[in-house]
Amino acid sequence: MAVDIAGLEVGQELASTTVRLNRADLVRYAGASGDTNPIHWNDRFAAEVGLPGVIAHGMLTMGAAVQLVTEWAGDPTAIVDYQTRFAAMVPVPDPAGSNPAEADGAELAVVATVGKLDAAAGTVRVDLTVTLDGEKVLTKAQAVVRGAAA
Amino acid sequence: MSVNAELQGHTYPPSPAYAVGREKIREFALAVKATHPVHLDVDAARAAGHADLVAPPTFAVVIAQRAEAAYIQDPASGIDFSRVVHADERFTHHRAIVAGDEIVATVSVDRARAVGTGGMVTTRTELADAAGEPVATVLSTLLVRGED
Repeated sequence: MAVDIAGLEVGQELASTTVRLNRADLVRYAGASGDTNPIHWNDRFAAEVGLPGVIAHGMLTMGAAVQLVTEWAGDPTAIVDYQTRFAAMVPVPDPAGSNPAEADGAELAVVATVGKLDAAAGTVRVDLTVTLDGEKVLTKAQAVVRGAAA
Repeated sequence: MSVNAELQGHTYPPSPAYAVGREKIREFALAVKATHPVHLDVDAARAAGHADLVAPPTFAVVIAQRAEAAYIQDPASGIDFSRVVHADERFTHHRAIVAGDEIVATVSVDRARAVGTGGMVTTRTELADAAGEPVATVLSTLLVRGED
């Protein structure tokens, strides 16, 4: 089940997906993570601190994006290191007339490519590109995946 | 108020142990849309060689952020939490976190730099199990926006 490093090339695209985050997803993550900062669930508060509206937790974007690597690797514990920088906010719309638990929300495009191969360590660095309307919301999003023992 | 650079290099006392529960792992997995069976199904986790349900790759943030509060909320830190922006995050896993683990977190201030009335801080949180063995290292950088 483990990833075979030998068959990979730097720059190769491994997988892609779309992650949708609506207001209900933000509330669920706030509860699960313990991060109850109101900028992630209250429009009035978000606006008063100068934000365009409620924004997603950076850690929710980071946590949801890596699922693509888990699916590709077939094993979440093969991800031995995972890092990112938070480059842009992810505003989550709340369209009039919609049910916030069923709305499409913000749509993130996630693409995984081979960033680096380390044959000696038996690892592959998977680079994630995560964009909202073409703008990168994560940069240097890198997951190091342990491959099959040589 | 601005970030207190004198705390750079300081390490806070270890946190009380965090008990990793099955339902918390399931709840967190659902929240980050992680669907691998080792997060949700005990039999699947055991069949894959784990003692119990396995936490998703970013679950350590739940434990680390609780511990980081010792520093962020320390009046001596000079951090105004209402002006904090998350700049970056990194998890290095020494082993998988599984349900039943009792995890102690120790927070160190790797970097604390004042910039105007704000600044930038990097914390390093070392997670260890009940036997004292390393579980994960969590690096987190926060930007504290200066007052306008």
